[in-house]
Amino acid sequence: MEQVVTIFKKEFKTYFISPIAYIVISLFLVVTGWFFFSTFFLFNQATLRNFFGLLPITFSFVIPAVTMRLFSEEFNVGSYELLLTMPVTFREVIVGKFFAGVAFITIILLSTLAYPVAVSFLGDLDWGPVWGGYIGAILLGASFCSIGLFASSLTRNQIIAFITAMAICFALTLIDKMLFFLPHNMLGVLSYLGADYHFQNISKGIIDSRDVIYFLSVIFIGLYGAHLAVEERY
Amino acid sequence: MIRIDNLSKYYHDFCAVDQINFEINKGEILGLLGPNGAGKTTVLRMITGFLRPTSGTISVKDLTIDEDKLEIKKLLGYLPESAPLYHDMIVYDYLNFVASIRGLKEKEKIPRIKELADVCGLNEVMHRPINELSKGYKQRIGLAHAMMSDPEILVLDEPTSGLDPNQIAEIRDIIRQIGKKKTIIISTHILSEAEATCDRVVIINQGKIVLDGSTDTLKHSTGEENLVHITLVGADLKNVQDTLGSIVGVKSIESVKNHEDTEQTKCICRTSKDTRGELYQKLKETDWILTEFYQETQSLENIFRKLTREN
Repeated sequence: MEQVVTIFKKEFKTYFISPIAYIVISLFLVVTGWFFFSTFFLFNQATLRNFFGLLPITFSFVIPAVTMRLFSEEFNVGSYELLLTMPVTFREVIVGKFFAGVAFITIILLSTLAYPVAVSFLGDLDWGPVWGGYIGAILLGASFCSIGLFASSLTRNQIIAFITAMAICFALTLIDKMLFFLPHNMLGVLSYLGADYHFQNISKGIIDSRDVIYFLSVIFIGLYGAHLAVEERY
Repeated sequence: MIRIDNLSKYYHDFCAVDQINFEINKGEILGLLGPNGAGKTTVLRMITGFLRPTSGTISVKDLTIDEDKLEIKKLLGYLPESAPLYHDMIVYDYLNFVASIRGLKEKEKIPRIKELADVCGLNEVMHRPINELSKGYKQRIGLAHAMMSDPEILVLDEPTSGLDPNQIAEIRDIIRQIGKKKTIIISTHILSEAEATCDRVVIINQGKIVLDGSTDTLKHSTGEENLVHITLVGADLKNVQDTLGSIVGVKSIESVKNHEDTEQTKCICRTSKDTRGELYQKLKETDWILTEFYQETQSLENIFRKLTREN
């Protein structure tokens, strides 16, 4: 447990040493801010539904950029050898890095709290869906983060890690919008696989155990995949 | 201290390490020699628990790598080849991180980091990012990393590669200093380094051990043949052969062509045992002027070449 905390702290600090963290945060805020407020006044409703509606898409390319370096960079530089020959287990390394990614995404989400505050001044904002949305966003972010971590554990090339993670995240986001192309008898299963579908449920303010379990399973599968990939290198 | 039994490592079909056995005793400095690509790094990576052996066992004290990998890692300090550190961190932060992972207590950390900074000469770079530092400094940070928890065993993979002669001397001094109390394994392909620092050497070639012995006995035992170089003024080869050839143990006397100076006769006596005393007695009786007289011992370099160039 101590090792997890140590690795978490180190990884989290490393995000803020390089300018990448600040670039990712500002880019995210610019993109979401533009898409949210450009249509906000047309609807004339004090709601964040539009913001949360776009979040899975924006997360699909922001989070892979956050997680791509977690393992790939270490493989490439060789520092992985230093890390793994110290008394740590694979599990501790993976969990530490995963939580560092999740913490960074939480920081990004905290900076968007300015939107609901601004909206609450403009109209009568219902905070229930907002909190639901944020809880869902953290679950969604953590799921994508574990997918990104898995992609990063496969390769020493950060670009490949980024593209692999992005492809998986996009597929999970878009799968329930592509259902009419797919065989009819598999619809039930496939729609359950869609991350967007589960996220929209939570962001309405209804926290259903099915949706929570979905996200927790994605997190578990991603981390387990990363564990297998890392063990393969041993 | 460390026992290695029938250790093998295959990368797919390629055999990097083939059935090697050796032991390292407590307090010994062992040099792992071999040409590039002989499997030295692979052996070290298996000992440090970074790679899984394909077959065979490694045991440290009474722990084996299959069952107690974490415990073994705690006993070992490892400096990988060319010290691949986290290059965007500051030296102090890095050492602090290592101290935490190594399980040092909060109070012990700063004194230990200061102590290591003194030993490894890191004081003036403590607050600089690692990627701005020279190779010599990185190597020293790597050493500090390996020694952080004061481990009983140090494993150093080519600790002096890529350094300038001054830095090499510094690193060797540090190694010799800590070698008084610790068990150390050093891999290298620089032979003078092994001769200077190691008690024992193991030479690996193409994944197999071709020689295992202490550095001293190596030099003496392999000389089935000694070469004594003699340079004389005022003698010709025929006379020298007549005079010295009768000594027991002298097998042959050959002249060495001397381009410039015709006055001198240079010759090499091949002897089966150490006959320097008798040779000198005989030479004393003549009126030749002796200008050079020495015995060539077989150096580690010769042994190394002979053993590793056959294939």
